[in-house]
Amino acid sequence: MKCTEFLKELTDYLDGNIHESLRAELDEHLHWCHECHVVMNTTKKTIEIYRDNQIYELPEPLRNRLHQAIMNKCRAAKHGKSNA
Amino acid sequence: METIQKRAGEDVSDELALVQAAKKGDLEAFSELVHRYDRNIFRIAQHITHNEEDAQDVVQDAFLKAYQNLGQFQGNSKFYTWLVRIAVNEALMKLRKRRTEKTVSLDEDVETEDGSIPREVADWSPNPEQLYGQSELGDILKKTIQGLPPGFRTVFVLRDVEGLSTEETAEMLGLSVPAVKSRLLRARLQLRERLAKYFRSKKNGDSQR
Repeated sequence: MKCTEFLKELTDYLDGNIHESLRAELDEHLHWCHECHVVMNTTKKTIEIYRDNQIYELPEPLRNRLHQAIMNKCRAAKHGKSNA
Repeated sequence: METIQKRAGEDVSDELALVQAAKKGDLEAFSELVHRYDRNIFRIAQHITHNEEDAQDVVQDAFLKAYQNLGQFQGNSKFYTWLVRIAVNEALMKLRKRRTEKTVSLDEDVETEDGSIPREVADWSPNPEQLYGQSELGDILKKTIQGLPPGFRTVFVLRDVEGLSTEETAEMLGLSVPAVKSRLLRARLQLRERLAKYFRSKKNGDSQR
């Protein structure tokens, strides 16, 4: 297996969404290819970092304001007024 | 301080009841649905628009639209999936308005192989997150993901950050499953490549920056 072939399967490999025989081939490639091993590990880490560090949290005061605004608009819509 | 957020879309049993009640005009029930998903919708909107004001508008418009169109929600998909689809459309519209001179589409940059072939293969430090303070790390992650084309980062956010399945992501973006997979792979590899310069392990006394 070539590195480009390994890379093509990387997403399914990381997601564990892969046929057993193909997984064995990929594992075999990883065993001797240091570069692909590094790429696989750091890609995994990339996903984990974005998953674990939510970068756009909604601050509570803003959240409350948005909630209020949404419910006002819905109430107006319910009573057939304009949404503006 | 950090709480483990319940993954969106769980707890479907009572959710359907909430949706049914909201359909009949129960605003309290709808308010509960807003409360359940507003953080997710805000995050997705921020990721797509890169603009907090736009993201706030998207949150309001998406929920209002959802409320007004509840009658069309058939219950074949999860309410959250249906809601995200509305929000993604709203966010892309905002993005198009901001970048009128340039058409923004989810098909953008799909043909290029740029960034898909790893160039930077140096290993990372074992705990890259600890190299930076929380706010500095946040800035790095924002700057890095903002550099991806919208079509790539939308797929990455839905799939890897919000935890939707490939099929759900495909459905809500109107893409095929192979198209989602291909974008996801490129998004992951490009992010990895860009983060490498911050997280590379320090060897031989290299200075960090």
